[in-house]
Amino acid sequence: MNTSLITADNLSVQFPIGGGFLRKKQMLHAVDDVSLAIPKGSFFGLVGESGSGKTTLGRAMLRAAPISGGSIHYSDGKVNYNLVDLPKSELIEYRKRAQLIFQDPYAALSPRMTVRDIIAEPLEVMGITSSREETDERVRNIAAKCRLNLEHLRRFPHAFSGGQRQRISIARALVSNPRFVVADESVAALDVSIQADILNLLKSLQDDLQLTYLFISHDLSVVAHICDHVAVMYLGRLVETAPTRELFNAPRHPYTKALMSAIPSLDPDQRGNAQKLEGEIPSPTNPPPGCKFHTRCPHAIDICKQQEPKLDHLGVEHDVACHRWQELSGPA
Amino acid sequence: MSLLNVNNLTLQFDTDEGRITAVDDVSFELNAGEVLGLVGESGSGKSVTAKSLMKLNPDNAVYGEGSQITLTLDNENIDVLSLKSGNELQVIRGGAVSMIFQEPMASFAPAISIGDQMVEQLTLHKGISKREAAEISIEMLDRVGISDAAKRFNQYAVELSGGMRQRAMIAMALSTRPSLLIADEPTTALDVTIQAQVIDLMKDLIKEFGMGIIFITHDLGVIAQTADRVAVMYLGKLVEQGTVRDVIKNPSHPYTRGLLNALPKLDNLDTPLMPIPGDIPSPLERPEGCVFHTRCSVAEPRCQQSVPSYSSFGDNHKAACFVTAEQQGNV
Repeated sequence: MNTSLITADNLSVQFPIGGGFLRKKQMLHAVDDVSLAIPKGSFFGLVGESGSGKTTLGRAMLRAAPISGGSIHYSDGKVNYNLVDLPKSELIEYRKRAQLIFQDPYAALSPRMTVRDIIAEPLEVMGITSSREETDERVRNIAAKCRLNLEHLRRFPHAFSGGQRQRISIARALVSNPRFVVADESVAALDVSIQADILNLLKSLQDDLQLTYLFISHDLSVVAHICDHVAVMYLGRLVETAPTRELFNAPRHPYTKALMSAIPSLDPDQRGNAQKLEGEIPSPTNPPPGCKFHTRCPHAIDICKQQEPKLDHLGVEHDVACHRWQELSGPA
Repeated sequence: MSLLNVNNLTLQFDTDEGRITAVDDVSFELNAGEVLGLVGESGSGKSVTAKSLMKLNPDNAVYGEGSQITLTLDNENIDVLSLKSGNELQVIRGGAVSMIFQEPMASFAPAISIGDQMVEQLTLHKGISKREAAEISIEMLDRVGISDAAKRFNQYAVELSGGMRQRAMIAMALSTRPSLLIADEPTTALDVTIQAQVIDLMKDLIKEFGMGIIFITHDLGVIAQTADRVAVMYLGKLVEQGTVRDVIKNPSHPYTRGLLNALPKLDNLDTPLMPIPGDIPSPLERPEGCVFHTRCSVAEPRCQQSVPSYSSFGDNHKAACFVTAEQQGNV
């Protein structure tokens, strides 16, 4: 089995909401007791609806969200970090190794900086390079790897299309030579043909630079194509995680099954045979007791309303949190 | 006579950088009870085309000579582009023609309750009393699956979840019983599970109300699930149209094929994703000849010079491509 680059154990992230004078503060459990290991060199997908906590989990792994319980470890063979109590000096070192690619390439790039300055900024902020020549050299290198035209480095971002902008964002994230990259809905805002181009680029950069990705997405067909492992979240909890093929061939959790059947089929002759999920994801400020999915689950029984299911290991890397997965996956 | 006839629609915009062509000689028709999917990348002109059906484009829009949009209501033909004053346009805008937008949050006024907004348009278009309008609105909210409709009626858009807001938007659009509904990326901002619910709802409503729908989206999966016919647009040109089955299973324009090849497919995880090379050109630098030739993998020299006309690939299935036409012997 592979060694893990990132290991989260019983991780929780909470945000205080509301509150004020004489009013009690409420806590929002964005990530609730999640244990997850991201194998080194993997393209790890994280899926779930809006409000499932996937973005917060990604941020926690970058130490950009307040961790309120549990632990996260980073270990790339050379250095180890315990992200929960990381001294400031080491946080900068960690930032060189862990980077983020954003969703919207129009909002992520400053319109007042040239492409060269945008890509060079992490190097300057983190003091990685010592001379302008060295900075330029690294900027040109990574820009070429991201298939940017070197003549474009002097231009401003407004001159570029969505796909080119996303390549600039990727170059900026990779210029510090990170090992771990969180891509948060990085292709969601793009047209399909550009989406395919960016996905292929991410994949080839992974081989080239030995990256490990956490790929956060709501689009299961994209995840199925590019990721080797997938974790499914619902209301802050991890409900299922497995290697991609296994998850898509034999999903065990009713929520995973519902997500997959909700993907619109490209075949016009296969209309309306999806099993539809009723209702919407409940508010995380007031999560239901027991299994958080029971309010929408077609198979919920009494125990689901009272007791939170534990994560069961049913294969080497396949975990599922459902009281009834065994009886539900019987001979169909 | 069909509900909507668009003939040779050409639309240009006067901008500081010159006159740009957004829609170029586009013709299509739509029958009552039919769903036409309008597909294309950003910048293909699909939203602008749909907005012209209500003459909703900004003042710098110039409609080309010979452009014609005819809406047939109760056996009466309305020449949409000849309508001028606000009063004349009110018959279609929000009355006979309704629109659903992508961002339901941006489409509702934040400081006016959902109910008041629904009542306002009903009293305006239907000339009924506020009390009647409120009754119809609550009934409609209930019909689109909003629980506790009477309570939601008095709430504001921020108090609703994304899926509920989109349902409310649909209820509002349908409460005037339009003959034509334009849905501009109505499910794009929603989660897949909610998208599936909204698609189901729309299918039921089409059966019940029998209006014609123009469904704009970039998601071919959504089109495959909802549309009867599809029109594919690229840089303002309608490059292919036909029944949803013909276009998706037997795409005849290289651009349609490119879109399909770029799409991740769940039943075939081993096929690599094939992007269409290059980016969509700026409308200021529209290519001569076939607009797609700069990115086309089968382009020939003639594609750079002359604009291909439509060839037929079956009943009501046509595409504008020299190369495919020749391969299939349809010159």
